[in-house]
Amino acid sequence: MLIREAPDLTYADVTPQSVYVNRRRFLRDMGIVGAVAMAGYRFYDWAASPQPAYAAAKFDNLIKSSFSTTEKQNSFEDVTHYNNFYEFGTEKSDPAKNAQKFNTSKWVVSVEGEVAKPRKFTLDEILKIASLEERIYRHRCVEAWSIVVPWIGYSFSNLVKLVEPTPKAQFVAFESYYDPSQMPQARWAGIRFPYVEGLRLDEAMNPLALLCVGMYGESLPNQDGAPVRLVLPWKYGFKSIKSLVKIKFQSKTPPTTWNLAAPNEYGFYSNVNPNVDHPRWSQAKERRLGEIFKRNTLMFNGYGDQVASLYNGMDLKKYY
Amino acid sequence: MRALLTSKWTKVALFLLCLVPLGALVWRGFRNGLGANPVEFIQLATGDWTLRFLVFTLCITPSRKLLNLPDLIRFRRMLGLFAFFYVCLHFLTYLGPDQSFDVAAMWKDVAKRPFITVGFLGFLLLLPLALTSTAGWIRRLGGKRWQTLHRAIYLAAIAGVIHYYWKVKSDVRMPLFYGALVAILLLWRLLDWYFKRRGPAGANLSPQRVPVNPAS
Repeated sequence: MLIREAPDLTYADVTPQSVYVNRRRFLRDMGIVGAVAMAGYRFYDWAASPQPAYAAAKFDNLIKSSFSTTEKQNSFEDVTHYNNFYEFGTEKSDPAKNAQKFNTSKWVVSVEGEVAKPRKFTLDEILKIASLEERIYRHRCVEAWSIVVPWIGYSFSNLVKLVEPTPKAQFVAFESYYDPSQMPQARWAGIRFPYVEGLRLDEAMNPLALLCVGMYGESLPNQDGAPVRLVLPWKYGFKSIKSLVKIKFQSKTPPTTWNLAAPNEYGFYSNVNPNVDHPRWSQAKERRLGEIFKRNTLMFNGYGDQVASLYNGMDLKKYY
Repeated sequence: MRALLTSKWTKVALFLLCLVPLGALVWRGFRNGLGANPVEFIQLATGDWTLRFLVFTLCITPSRKLLNLPDLIRFRRMLGLFAFFYVCLHFLTYLGPDQSFDVAAMWKDVAKRPFITVGFLGFLLLLPLALTSTAGWIRRLGGKRWQTLHRAIYLAAIAGVIHYYWKVKSDVRMPLFYGALVAILLLWRLLDWYFKRRGPAGANLSPQRVPVNPAS
């Protein structure tokens, strides 16, 4: 049996206590310094406000719409830096940062289902379906804030008439573009993608329902739902689907993203209604961006004259 | 490290550091940097900083023991009071811009909405802690009772996390992050308490704790 001789270590080779204690202390102190430096950097990041660049195409000869409000418009800056577009992140400032490289060239919108003439539209074709109007709408988010935006587009009914829905078409289902490689933040949003929305056909045919291709005289910025979206001013903002790629006419009620996520909080209709609160907050008031105190929310966001008849005889507390 | 921690200037520096989030908000305010919804920006920021300062405060005791830096106790009260300071600002953004200083409407809202109720509860829990944070009150209450009272910060931190979790629409990453921090910090206390309770029994077996009785 081989017994190894003990190595020649003498007491002098013992690491002095002060050294190993110091090493531990050094590691601890470096840990503290590192944590403080990291926190400082994160804080600097938070304290500095970013201003990304953006380029857009201009629209000329827009028709003025009689649906427009004369209320003061929000600034382009506000409407492009305070967005809910969960595919690009859940913070209001995320879409402005994360949607900059979103590729919307070669856009195609597919129209299918219960229609006599199903077809695909390129963006150029969509731009030529009807003359473009400027419509200044109030836009009320379910989170109790609101904005006034000069949108550009035309009534969605113009497109519907082209594809000729069959008698079976009672509802219209909408779907947003979804590409996880272009929208890596989407996986954290906590809702399912692609984002889907829906309307009853008569709601979709209401002239207020806008197929929107621009705002503030220009094409839509990516973070506002480029290149084509819906705007439904009498409903909470999340009904106005962004970056639209699919329209399907069908006989059944289509599923809608927020309703799937929290059915007790977000109904299929989601009409703006100050008398029916969100379970977690009041819908009686809203903060217009740019104002400090809240103002009263209007029934159907003030568009009752145009849309109230769609819901005659319906219990709006039940069909929220 | 010890000299650094016990220096008067460290305390002054930390005090100023704790004011930096407020300073940043004011700075952003003057530079138009609060975004499209400044009220919400301030509300979210002061809420975030309340939770952060609660976590910092709860970090003191474990850090003192784990890092062997007992002098950290010198900063605990200040951090706790800054949590209270930021929660007061947070509450003011709710009472003022959200409720238009209508106290009756506020009470109705507090009673009706669970996420507001639990947030308000957390705020109320911190109130007596801030009021009794002075040396005089420690004396008046006696160390034990004072300490028991100040354990209310555990409940306040839990209330703050629930308030945040119930507030967000779907992306629960940040509330869960704070929840995890608070859970770790409270779990550490539970384990520390458990082993301390068991401690003396085990310690009796160790030779240095056996009372020496020369007469036997």
